[in-house]
Amino acid sequence: MSGAVIRAEGVGKRYRIGQRERYRTLRDVLARVVGRRDGINGNCPTGGPSADAEHIWALRDVSFEVQQGEILGFIGRNGAGKSTILRILSRITRPTKGWADIRGRVGSLLEVGTGFHPELTGRENIYLNGAILGMKKVEIDRKLDEIVAFAEVERFVETPVKYYSSGMYMRLAFAVAAHLEPEILLVDEVLAVGDVGFQAKCMGKVGDVAREGRTVLFVSHQLNQIRRLCQRTIWLDSGSIREIGSTAEVVSIYERVMSSGRWNGLERPGDPRVKARFLRWGIVEPRSPQGNVLRRDGPVAIKFVVQVNDTLANVVHGIGLYDNERQLLWGTAVNRLRLECGTQELVYKLPNLPLRPAAYNWRVTLFDEDRLVDDWECVPELLIATTPMTHWSDEWAGTLNIPYDFSVIAATEEGR
Amino acid sequence: MKRLSLVPNKGRHFRGSGIWEGARRISPTSGWRDLNLQEVWEHRELLYFLVWRDIRVRYKQTLIGVAWSVVQPLFTMLIFTAFFGMLAKLPSDKLPYPLFYYAALLPWTYFSGALQQVTNTMIEHQRVITKVYFPRVILPLAAVLAGLVDFAVAVPLLAGMMVIYGIVPGFAMLLLPAFLLLAVVTAFAVGLWLSALNAIYRDVRYVVPFFIQCWMFASPVVYPSSLVPEHWRALYGINPMAGVIEGFRWAVLGQGQAPMLLGVSLLTVLIVLVGGLLYFQRMEGTIVDVV
Repeated sequence: MSGAVIRAEGVGKRYRIGQRERYRTLRDVLARVVGRRDGINGNCPTGGPSADAEHIWALRDVSFEVQQGEILGFIGRNGAGKSTILRILSRITRPTKGWADIRGRVGSLLEVGTGFHPELTGRENIYLNGAILGMKKVEIDRKLDEIVAFAEVERFVETPVKYYSSGMYMRLAFAVAAHLEPEILLVDEVLAVGDVGFQAKCMGKVGDVAREGRTVLFVSHQLNQIRRLCQRTIWLDSGSIREIGSTAEVVSIYERVMSSGRWNGLERPGDPRVKARFLRWGIVEPRSPQGNVLRRDGPVAIKFVVQVNDTLANVVHGIGLYDNERQLLWGTAVNRLRLECGTQELVYKLPNLPLRPAAYNWRVTLFDEDRLVDDWECVPELLIATTPMTHWSDEWAGTLNIPYDFSVIAATEEGR
Repeated sequence: MKRLSLVPNKGRHFRGSGIWEGARRISPTSGWRDLNLQEVWEHRELLYFLVWRDIRVRYKQTLIGVAWSVVQPLFTMLIFTAFFGMLAKLPSDKLPYPLFYYAALLPWTYFSGALQQVTNTMIEHQRVITKVYFPRVILPLAAVLAGLVDFAVAVPLLAGMMVIYGIVPGFAMLLLPAFLLLAVVTAFAVGLWLSALNAIYRDVRYVVPFFIQCWMFASPVVYPSSLVPEHWRALYGINPMAGVIEGFRWAVLGQGQAPMLLGVSLLTVLIVLVGGLLYFQRMEGTIVDVV
């Protein structure tokens, strides 16, 4: 008797490019039927064919088996297909190719608080959200007190959640999800909610679920979470399985490749079918052999290289800097930017980047009017390797690494 | 790891193989046999909670809440009575105008409201359907059922008017739930099409109010169906709401032609419903890719 509960064979998923952002309108379809074609052909000489008929494969020929009671991790860059595989296994969307067999009741946790309504009270939302996640009413009745206690919202059960703080809201949302008891649980990075203490509690809960013999498929960017929880890990790269095996092995290969700084290997291929695309990023000033490592305090210049296939007249460009707990440290946006055809560099000059030595992530976006053109979770990570000037104990060090001068001066009479 | 190479067998489960008994096959194809009514039944509690939420939210948010459900058909009835009745002097099968119109507006207000709600339901629940799986058909079903509360709130006024006009209902009154059911099923059947279409073509919702308005004049709301020439009557019955509305007048007020139209109406609803289920079923597997 095989212990496998999930078996995926050759699963592939194809999306129309831009499908995720652009819905069709009946008007367009009618117009096309009438014969007036107004596809958006690139106006650049290098511009590719009309984006309309193009497709991309978000997943390509993915096959694997999961044994009962196993915790399987998925790692990979954004857009590698990690979420897509969970969406297919949870039946949210269908694969374009291949098939998967699943034995057992599946619960998916791709987001916490799905279906929460601000006008309803905490208790009402527990029932609603629980039912959406697939719990039976009797089951919710039984677990209600436990959920409320887990979320630490006892005093506010009868208060509409619109009056909740965001922390309370997230805690309640997670508490409902954490009490879901499916045989197979699909989790997508939802554990990064709330404060550190609550996160630890959530992680403990997922560990419990696994110890009870349930199967968990877990997607995360946080490699230490994967290390702690998963026995086996799959590394997805551009929709295909790049590595599959024991977590220790796969994660260490992944880390080695990601931080090797092999510049060209990490460059994103320019895609002529999209209007513009970020290709790479790097620190220009101060110079260093590795373009993603900052070793000196002081002025910093950073460039983001964009390939523009189609002149964009009214661009909104956003940037965000995150720490490895996905806390946004800094973000800003530039409006009404004009980007000419060709390769452009977006350069930021900063007086300094006083962050504590650690790994950080840039995220850059481009919008044409309101339409998303590119959203890049920059690879490789930004590694800050300056001299720490903070408290030696982690607990008291904080996030910033501010150079300081300290002295004790006897106060003069006037200064009193 | 043991890798079994199994031949995909077109969506069938591994029946008889033993190992995969009870396994669910996820595959690209979506066909008639995937229409799993038992699964919908298993999710009846979710249906209940969604209907309950719609009702709670509606009555929490609008100040006049409950009153609105009566105000809308009441004022429409007054306007119709004044313009179509007293000024245009349209025939009303010898019934007092207020009763004649209100008996029709009761199902019609429900129906048009339900159609508008159901059209937007997939978009409204976009966040939910992209994050959790449940049989999608629950959403249009919940949308048409939630509207029934408004209907229930508006019913006592009809009873009051019947007392005032001294109309004693006959046994036909017992058939009222059947006509209401026909209205619900019609709204659901048409809603299946509209909600799926609206998810794919986002401008469908701009067309729907106009579509509903046209439909109202194609239904015996402002005039009796006896106005329609005899030989066109069967064709007229293709519009299921013609059957529903005449049925209402007949059941409540003992006037009209309901049974004549009903057969054709039932047949239409059945065709639209089955077609709608098939179309919705075909779309639901990939609808999240476009919403």
